[in-house]
Amino acid sequence: MLEIAIKGSKNYWLWIVFLLAVIGAGAIVYIDQFTNGLMITGMSRDVSWGFYIANFTYLVGVAAGGVMVVIPFYLHDYEKFHRITILGEFLAVGALIMCLLFIVVDLGQPIRMLNVLLYPSPKSILFYDMLVLNGYLFLNIVVGWKVLEAERNQVEPVWWTKPLVYLSIPFAIGIHTVTAYLYCGLPGRGFWLTAILAPRFLASAFAAGPAFLIILCYIIKKFTKFDPGWDAMQTLSKIVCYAIIANLFFFLCEVFVVYYSNIPGHKAHIQYLLFGYHGYTQLVPWMWTSLTLMGTGAVFLLIPQLRNNKTLLPVTCAMIVIGAWIDKGLGMISGGFVPSPLHHVTEYAPTGPEITITLAVYATGFLVLTILYKLATQVKEEVRG
Amino acid sequence: MNKNYIITGLVVFVLAVLSPFWFNIVTTTQAMPEAELLGKSKTEKKCVLDKYEMRANHMSLLDEWRDAVVRDADRQYKSANGHSFNMSLSTGENSCLGCHEDKAKFCDSCHTYASVDPYCWECHTNPKEIK
Amino acid sequence: MMKKSKRSFLKVAGIAAIGLGAFPAIHFASSDSHGTAHAVKSPNEGALLAHRWGMVIDTNKITDEVAENIVTACHKAHNVPDFNFEVDEEKYPNTRPVNHKQEVKWIWEEGFHYAFPDKEDEFLAERFHDLPFLVTCNHCKNAPCVKACPTGATFKREDGIVLMDFHRCIGCRFCMAACPYGSRSFNFRDPRPFIEETDLKFPTRSKGVVEKCNLCAERLTKGEQPHCVEASEGAIVVGDLEDPESEIRVLLNEHYTIRRKQSLGTEPSVYYIM
Repeated sequence: MLEIAIKGSKNYWLWIVFLLAVIGAGAIVYIDQFTNGLMITGMSRDVSWGFYIANFTYLVGVAAGGVMVVIPFYLHDYEKFHRITILGEFLAVGALIMCLLFIVVDLGQPIRMLNVLLYPSPKSILFYDMLVLNGYLFLNIVVGWKVLEAERNQVEPVWWTKPLVYLSIPFAIGIHTVTAYLYCGLPGRGFWLTAILAPRFLASAFAAGPAFLIILCYIIKKFTKFDPGWDAMQTLSKIVCYAIIANLFFFLCEVFVVYYSNIPGHKAHIQYLLFGYHGYTQLVPWMWTSLTLMGTGAVFLLIPQLRNNKTLLPVTCAMIVIGAWIDKGLGMISGGFVPSPLHHVTEYAPTGPEITITLAVYATGFLVLTILYKLATQVKEEVRG
Repeated sequence: MNKNYIITGLVVFVLAVLSPFWFNIVTTTQAMPEAELLGKSKTEKKCVLDKYEMRANHMSLLDEWRDAVVRDADRQYKSANGHSFNMSLSTGENSCLGCHEDKAKFCDSCHTYASVDPYCWECHTNPKEIK
Repeated sequence: MMKKSKRSFLKVAGIAAIGLGAFPAIHFASSDSHGTAHAVKSPNEGALLAHRWGMVIDTNKITDEVAENIVTACHKAHNVPDFNFEVDEEKYPNTRPVNHKQEVKWIWEEGFHYAFPDKEDEFLAERFHDLPFLVTCNHCKNAPCVKACPTGATFKREDGIVLMDFHRCIGCRFCMAACPYGSRSFNFRDPRPFIEETDLKFPTRSKGVVEKCNLCAERLTKGEQPHCVEASEGAIVVGDLEDPESEIRVLLNEHYTIRRKQSLGTEPSVYYIM
């Protein structure tokens, strides 16, 4: 099936070359990071995780969001998702590859990475995160590939893909739950120490993932002969709507608890994010932008006329994707580290090299995604034609 | 048509795969250096294991040592041959470098030849280099 | 048909090749030719031992000068890099400028409100405002960093010391997020250019690993007191918390002491006499 990927239009190749160029630039910067250490990043003693882990967290959400097409189709026989299920699964593959790469580029000693397997530590949540992330990646590759292959040959998929699909559903919930547990099980970090963190992560995942999928559907429709179907996108947008409202609601709960209880160790972080803390306000405009984008997006999706508007929908989805990215990418990680456990304030902003490497990781994910989507759409065209 | 492409491709592939051999033909091969016993190690006549075992397995031994020292707080090693050693790479009389005083001739010559680059000295210090 | 069989042949051949490739590794792992089976490993004779090591800091005896001496003694002996040190350009050419936020420290001075942020007394006794409080790794009984570490590079020794195995650390910094006391530092860069004088009795670290106070495990094993204790002029005592006769327990019995963030349940082993 892979041979499909090496036959494409000029635009296709231009896009591939562009992605490869971004990857190349990032690779060069990464060599510098590899030789000189993480000093090239904006991370510090107080803010010891930054852009890499933030994007990792966000993309785990995008990957988990893929399950929002798998559940209706496989569990509820929702036929309209038949055409886009594979898109959801392949989106998860691309997102997970980025996740794993972000973990690798964040390591201080990447060559010792396999120590995680050599000295398995079942008390560490990272151990389980590694298991579920790799497991979910494996499941999606196998299922996506087998189902697509069967579609191409116009036969029923092999029987064992079904149980794997069912297994992938708890895995999808699992990857984001476990990723939230990385943070919310730490005693000294008041911002993360909340039982609603995993639900909040899932809500934002089920908004950002499908919203991104809708945007991808638009792109596919524009550039290929495959039509994912307006009905499917409509249903997806309703899923996004409920998920983003849940996400905002959970955040509201968070805000209520910290401000009404008035416990300093918990309040300081949200205070820093929303209004600034001791004069440090770097993230305040970002957070309000994020809330505005997510809030407006929710309203646009709630009103049927606006939701059904074919030109507005991708814009709304972009708002939600970006809003959730700021919320989770910038706010969630920095917010947990500022102020520090000793209540010092050290702010964080990614450096140029850090951003370049980040973009390269994204480019790698998009390269995989492009190739997989090329396969999927071409096969679907073939079958129809 | 295709046949020519395939044959050319195969030839290029085989040539590329055998590149280490070509490299060795055009470059001269050095004889393996003999680790030199200098200073104290020359007269001492005792080591943890015999020469050949040391040569083959010193890395496993060092790995075992570091786990023992760092994780179990064991510092003394009574070897099967009855001699006692301080399980340390570079600190004290009874450590590796305490006896094999010349790191360049004892460690580096072979490592360089075998093209291995252990990261021991990124952290551990060779007393000679500091002075 | 032809296509199918070629394909399945390649699959089988591929799996066989993996097996063949793994053979030497399996063979090595199963052999016991290292000749180390009969060797005996033991602690040093005269090593200081305890069931659970702990520390008491008498804040009344810590002046600015004493605190500074302690920090210097510890950092010098453990080759902790000092980012204020002017790098020797000849030895380390083209060293890039430092980011002071990426500093490394094992023990350092803090104001009361930073050392004990949960004890924000509105009308704190005046003298505490200016007192230097030394903070370091608490060697917690329930150390969150030990739980967090995915490789066992941070571990708790039987005698209660929370230690770092620099060889094993992959630099994921999960432990830094887990530590409620900010006691851990990451080597964002090679520390060597910033070490004025390397102490040969202790290794330096490489870039990409986390480090912190080790309660001078390397000295206790030789029967010596930690550097901070020696430099403290009697302000710091280190001993066995589980031995009721020990000096440290006598001190705890006689004075009112507090610990940092007790409410988190980490059970710090460092006590402060107020």
